[in-house]
Amino acid sequence: MERKVTLKRTSLYVSCANPANMNQAVFYNEDCLVYDLEDSVPPAEKDAARLLAYHTVRYHRPEGKYVLIRVNGIYSEFFEDDLEAAVRARPDALRIPKVESAAEVRMVSEKIGKIETAAGIEVGSTELWCNIESYLGVLRAEEIAKADPRVVALALGAEDFTASMKATRTKKGIEILYARNAILLACRNAGIDALDAVFSDINDEEGLREDTMLAKNLGFDGKTVVHPCQIDIVNSYFTPSEKEIRYALRVLAVVEEGRKMNKGAVTLDGSMIDKPMELRARTTLAQAAAAGIKIGGLGSDNK
Amino acid sequence: MIINKAGRELPDKIGNYIVKPYQGPWDVEPCNKPVYSNRKPSVTPRTGSKVVKTLKEAVLASGLRDGMTISFHHCFREGDQIIGQVLTAIRELGIKNLKFAPSAVVNIKEPSLVDFVRDGTITSIEASGIRGELGDSVMKGLMDVPVILRPHGARPRAIEAGELSIDVAFIGASAADEYGNATGQIGPNACGSLGYSFIDATTADKVVIVTDYLVDFPCVPVSISQQYVDIVAVVDKIGDSAKIGAGAARMTRNPRDLLIAERSAALIAASRLFRNGFSFQTGAGAISIACTNYLARRMEEKDIKASFALGGMTANIVDMYRKGQVRVLECSQSFDSVAARAMAEETNIIEIDNALYSNPHSKGSLLDKLNFGVLGALEVDTDFNINILTGSGGEMLGGLGGGPDVAAGANISILTIPIVRGRTPSVVKNVFTLCTPGETIAAVVTEAGIALNPKHKYYDELKEDLEKTNLKIVTIEKLRQIAESMTGVPKPIECTDKVVCIVEYRDGTVIDVIRQIKQ
Repeated sequence: MERKVTLKRTSLYVSCANPANMNQAVFYNEDCLVYDLEDSVPPAEKDAARLLAYHTVRYHRPEGKYVLIRVNGIYSEFFEDDLEAAVRARPDALRIPKVESAAEVRMVSEKIGKIETAAGIEVGSTELWCNIESYLGVLRAEEIAKADPRVVALALGAEDFTASMKATRTKKGIEILYARNAILLACRNAGIDALDAVFSDINDEEGLREDTMLAKNLGFDGKTVVHPCQIDIVNSYFTPSEKEIRYALRVLAVVEEGRKMNKGAVTLDGSMIDKPMELRARTTLAQAAAAGIKIGGLGSDNK
Repeated sequence: MIINKAGRELPDKIGNYIVKPYQGPWDVEPCNKPVYSNRKPSVTPRTGSKVVKTLKEAVLASGLRDGMTISFHHCFREGDQIIGQVLTAIRELGIKNLKFAPSAVVNIKEPSLVDFVRDGTITSIEASGIRGELGDSVMKGLMDVPVILRPHGARPRAIEAGELSIDVAFIGASAADEYGNATGQIGPNACGSLGYSFIDATTADKVVIVTDYLVDFPCVPVSISQQYVDIVAVVDKIGDSAKIGAGAARMTRNPRDLLIAERSAALIAASRLFRNGFSFQTGAGAISIACTNYLARRMEEKDIKASFALGGMTANIVDMYRKGQVRVLECSQSFDSVAARAMAEETNIIEIDNALYSNPHSKGSLLDKLNFGVLGALEVDTDFNINILTGSGGEMLGGLGGGPDVAAGANISILTIPIVRGRTPSVVKNVFTLCTPGETIAAVVTEAGIALNPKHKYYDELKEDLEKTNLKIVTIEKLRQIAESMTGVPKPIECTDKVVCIVEYRDGTVIDVIRQIKQ
């Protein structure tokens, strides 16, 4: 399936046990909105949350956002019912907690396929984000990232990962450095997006900035956020530089030229431009547009 | 029945009140007679002191009789303890049938104002708002005579036109001397500007200063001077300082309010009127305070300084003044203790008469010079009409305040409002009570986007200015759809035919009435 550009600079979790927050969440600048059925929903409210998530995503879906539903864990008692409701709600993707193997991914993908068929949804259209939250997940990130065409992103869950490692979670994050890199390597290898972990202290703006700067420098495509006050800050770090924008424009120019002249392969500065590079260029321009940067020819105002 | 220019149905007469229907924001000529006043030349006491020891003595000395009109100001807000004490003294003296005409009625819980109505001490009320228990009781039909509600600027207008005549004004002051010089800027319970009481001081027949802090003669600063004062009553406590307005209000952390505030500041900064020497009014309220802070940031970025800020002052506006971002603060009210005391400390933070701030029938109110005004509301409809009085369940939730005045005066009036509050939509087809006419509202800023009013006189310029930005402009109709898609459409509130409140506009015409809620 042709992969379209979707910005993932920020993905905001909102609890489906909190309808007021669900109403409000659509108005902020997050690229992706995750309606959560897992950690933020107490056991006694799992069924109500599921119904609310279905109803909201199916009938009150926010415009202009990439919409996900995070279901409960694969081995939990809620998983089957969650999957049924979540797929039928027709979000852009499901977010699966604590993925630890390619086999799990294939199993989930197959189940989703059956529900898509039964519900008359185009089979394969529901994407998957896999949360990597344990040492096994990190060790197997490479195979998880390539396990299924539905998988479009891996996201690091740092709190649970750190617990599985018997490490101590710190703001500087040295204890998750390897995990971050492992996930990035896996995602680059598979040509998919990598999402960095949550920075949970919503009162520490300076700390958030440092953490996001690190994530951007490492190569992450975005970050999960837990509070609206974090969104604009995180978005700002995933705004491309002028240099990156100009390069992207050049990439797309040669691709376009190649198309017009029916050339099979195109090069820029001696390097081959393949599909993933073209997609990255489009993503760069989309990030620029989302940040309000106006790109144009002579006489355009780029302030 | 008449239908006024705002589309509201009004009876032509309500008891003895002749209804002059609203005709448009700027269409009514002022009354063509010299200004009315009850003040008479008088002889001063030879003792050199006007002090009495009890409120009962003060009431007796004022000559208050059945059927007269008494007034108070609202500058002590929820911390006021004067109104209750004075009314109690009046009741103990057996005086009845009074018209109660404060500049606003804040939500005083103890003693209950409803009791003074029930026992006949008060039989009519004129104010800018009557929230709380009194308001809810009025909505349910407590009073025989409808309450008259006026925006701030209309009170001095009505007094000077002879529509409201004050017999005894009780003016709370946090400091006063024995001869009646009084102020709210110093003293343990300082409330700040006494601007709302200046008209009472100069036009009432008798003026009683009520204070808990007697200072050596002469008191400085002088907000109300001795030449207007008959009696000085000293009581133990005029207010609860914590409730009057303790320290600086903290900026809200609510992300929705911050989003709306940021957007409003961005709108102001995008306007061509945002340049050196501009003026603004933002006021209190969570969104307003945050908006002021964002505006200050943008002023710093662009090195733009304001000529003046107007209206109710808060600590953060005082901060802007101290940083040199605003040249003058024209202060009609002080919302916290920092703002209250700043006037005595800073040269260009000045106390102004409410009439100077907002009277539409004068030789010029400061609102005429205002570039940007930020307002709040309970509801707005698709004609941009605003309701700042009644809530979705038929309760009296707000007060007119200076909203209609600011909207009419400012070049660009901005309403900040969340599109839903809980399960109630704030953007509706028709507001329940029309307080501020839509054609005086330039923009509505919500979390779902900004709607510009095509009928506003600055529409074309504002639209042009905002199109150069990334700000999300939507129609007011779209905002209503978004709100109603979340909440559904509430059932209309059912009322009887009995009019319980008359909502006057700035010029004394009737813009709407509130009818009794059906039980």
